[in-house]
Amino acid sequence: MANAHARIERSSFLLVVLTLIVVSIGGLVEVAPLFYLEGTIEKVEGMRPYTPLELAGREIYKREGCVGCHSQMIRALRDEVDRYGHYSLAAESMYDRPFLWGSKRTGPDLARVGGRYSDEWHAEHMVDPRAVVPQSIMPAYPFLTRPLDYRRIGAHLAANRTLGVPYDEAMVAGAVADLEAQLQPETPAAAALLRRYPKAVVRDFDGNPAVISELDALIAYLQVLGTLVDVNAFRASGAEQR
Amino acid sequence: MKSRRSGAEAAFWALFLGLIVVVGAYISERAQDAMIGVHASMVTIGALLALFAGFTVWFDARRDHRPIVDSSVYNDAIVKWGVILSVIWGLVGFLVGLYIALQLAFPQLNLDLPWTTFGRIRPLHTSAVIFAFGGTVLITTSFHVVQRTSGVRLAGTFSPWFVLFGYQMFILLAATSYVFGVTQTKEYAEPEWFTDIWLTLVWVAYLLVFLETIRRRREPHIYVANWFYLAFILTVAVLHIVNNLALPVSLFDSHSYQVFAGVQDAMVQWWYAHNAVGFFLTAGFLGIMYYFVPKRAERPIYSYRLSIVHFWSLIFLYIWAGPHHLHYTALPDWAQTLGMTFSIMLWMASWGGMINGLMTLSGAWDKLRTDPVLRLLVVAVAFYGMSTFEGPMMSIKAVNALSHYTDWTIGHVHSGALGWVGFVSFGALYHLTPVLWKRERLYSLRLVEWHFWIASLGILLYITAMWVSGIMQGLMWRAYNSLGFLEYSFVETVAAMEPFYLIRAFGGLLYLAGAGLMAFNILQTIRGQVREERPMFAAPTASVGARA
Repeated sequence: MANAHARIERSSFLLVVLTLIVVSIGGLVEVAPLFYLEGTIEKVEGMRPYTPLELAGREIYKREGCVGCHSQMIRALRDEVDRYGHYSLAAESMYDRPFLWGSKRTGPDLARVGGRYSDEWHAEHMVDPRAVVPQSIMPAYPFLTRPLDYRRIGAHLAANRTLGVPYDEAMVAGAVADLEAQLQPETPAAAALLRRYPKAVVRDFDGNPAVISELDALIAYLQVLGTLVDVNAFRASGAEQR
Repeated sequence: MKSRRSGAEAAFWALFLGLIVVVGAYISERAQDAMIGVHASMVTIGALLALFAGFTVWFDARRDHRPIVDSSVYNDAIVKWGVILSVIWGLVGFLVGLYIALQLAFPQLNLDLPWTTFGRIRPLHTSAVIFAFGGTVLITTSFHVVQRTSGVRLAGTFSPWFVLFGYQMFILLAATSYVFGVTQTKEYAEPEWFTDIWLTLVWVAYLLVFLETIRRRREPHIYVANWFYLAFILTVAVLHIVNNLALPVSLFDSHSYQVFAGVQDAMVQWWYAHNAVGFFLTAGFLGIMYYFVPKRAERPIYSYRLSIVHFWSLIFLYIWAGPHHLHYTALPDWAQTLGMTFSIMLWMASWGGMINGLMTLSGAWDKLRTDPVLRLLVVAVAFYGMSTFEGPMMSIKAVNALSHYTDWTIGHVHSGALGWVGFVSFGALYHLTPVLWKRERLYSLRLVEWHFWIASLGILLYITAMWVSGIMQGLMWRAYNSLGFLEYSFVETVAAMEPFYLIRAFGGLLYLAGAGLMAFNILQTIRGQVREERPMFAAPTASVGARA
């Protein structure tokens, strides 16, 4: 063996090529099939791309590094399902670029936090977490009440569209209008938004209708998490016995 | 011939930096958001400074009719810079770590400001220790080792300097972007697309400098430490490029969206992140072990054959281990099982390396008593052995069900990071300083002894606190009462963490204090000071001497 190996040790070219081959195998075997194996992403009803306001909220979530303490991935374990709800499906993050499953729960999982708490609770909790949960160690985010900069939201949708997220041209062109409409219930614009994005929650989220704030966007995002797929229908279909 | 080659190199870098200045100025002029504007300006200014410095060196040499560098001697100047930068980044990284550890115990320390919240500072800590400290140590030691083991000067006149300082620019870009909230959020791959492109350019230059130096070697064989350094450089390039594939919102916008989504993105991310551990924090630092342990112990590597087995098995097996970060998630079961299986096999490869490192001390074990620098290196290898046992154990699905998402993972990472990466780096830096600055010895070996014990105590407190808090929280999450309901609300499990967060922060403080001693010791050594102190062991007594 040692004699054969001496050839490799004398040639930097051989060393480079063999190293590249050896380190490529595992990655290819594990990653490549995920793109073509049928069952990787479940066939479910209800998944849609984020509304412009939710997407803007997701950008705030990314910016503040929420993923460092909050997972969005309920594992298929009894206590997690009891605590957070049905385990997460791959389909539920199929439009997430990047994924935000997280790796640490310094705070609770948020995969199904949508609809769990009122908007008022979220708004107060963000501004002063310990006012709502005295033992919380979450940082306070009082600065999120500032206005949201959403001038370029259309470009964000367009980038997602290029990558294959099913936004159509009307969604991209109307992104700014749709973002504003999500805060104005009972208007024609809101009705149009709901046609494009079924199940979207339309209301003023942060309790201050005068300003479209970063808090509005963030709460809109949190309130949609885990609400799009009807997991009971998924369960009834027997797909989880696969 | 040689001067023509160095002339072509100078022309290339002049053109390259000129291009960077133009592109940087153009982007900062048209920037759609503040961050990319600031970053483009930083790169532009950096390139202008580099052009100025390069031209100064070049003109001076031409005026005096001498070559720019003396190719008959080693390039120690760049290694000296690297040693100093490594020490500084170590202090910064440990300090930021202490700060966020305290934030978990005292949330008021988040200060209610955007720039100081845990969410933004945590990646600052991880990047500062892994990429700023660890990365600079790797570039520094690899430049030293490849010269000494090849018997030639580091290839290139300007290129190595671009590698070291281009990498420092990467660190500054990444650090400032996290604080101002520009991040793509993927763990240990947080920098946005333009910073990723910059790092790619630096990395290609690094690979070329390293390979060219090996190609010019005077030794017939490529030394084993260089196999590990080379595998580290190559694989990190592949990982970095694939995991950071993203589409920017526009060329003048710092935001981007990942090419992969959801479950595929998760798999790619943990393939990347686990191999950032495997190749950045393991293979690279094994390069350090394979050079500095035998050097310091003045013994050859224990087994040449084991080195070969260690190298190929380690790099083959590591790449499979990523899915163990995704047990019981929406990643398909087959991938989870593969990841677990290979993670367990990896234990053997890792321990082969540990045995090779430890057994190198055969016949020199007494040096552990008298040389605290060697002790740092050897205890680092012992921590490597411990972490690489704990890791495969945690990759078993049943264990992972308990440990995942808890502080146990944090403790595991830190036994590797503080014990293995930190100690092996400290040992290398302590060894290099007197060699590079041509000092008889370090300012004080006694201070190294203090550093060793303070830091060891810090690690002990840190990892035991995280074991207890992690296992406790995992058990609390899954505890049911007699009626079949969950026993604890989430926030009760958070409140239970507080004493352990305090102990952990204290452990971190000790580790930082140890690094402070090292900085002082290295600074004094560079200044040429030698502390009057009792030697580390009693000199042989007169009677023994007489008999001999």
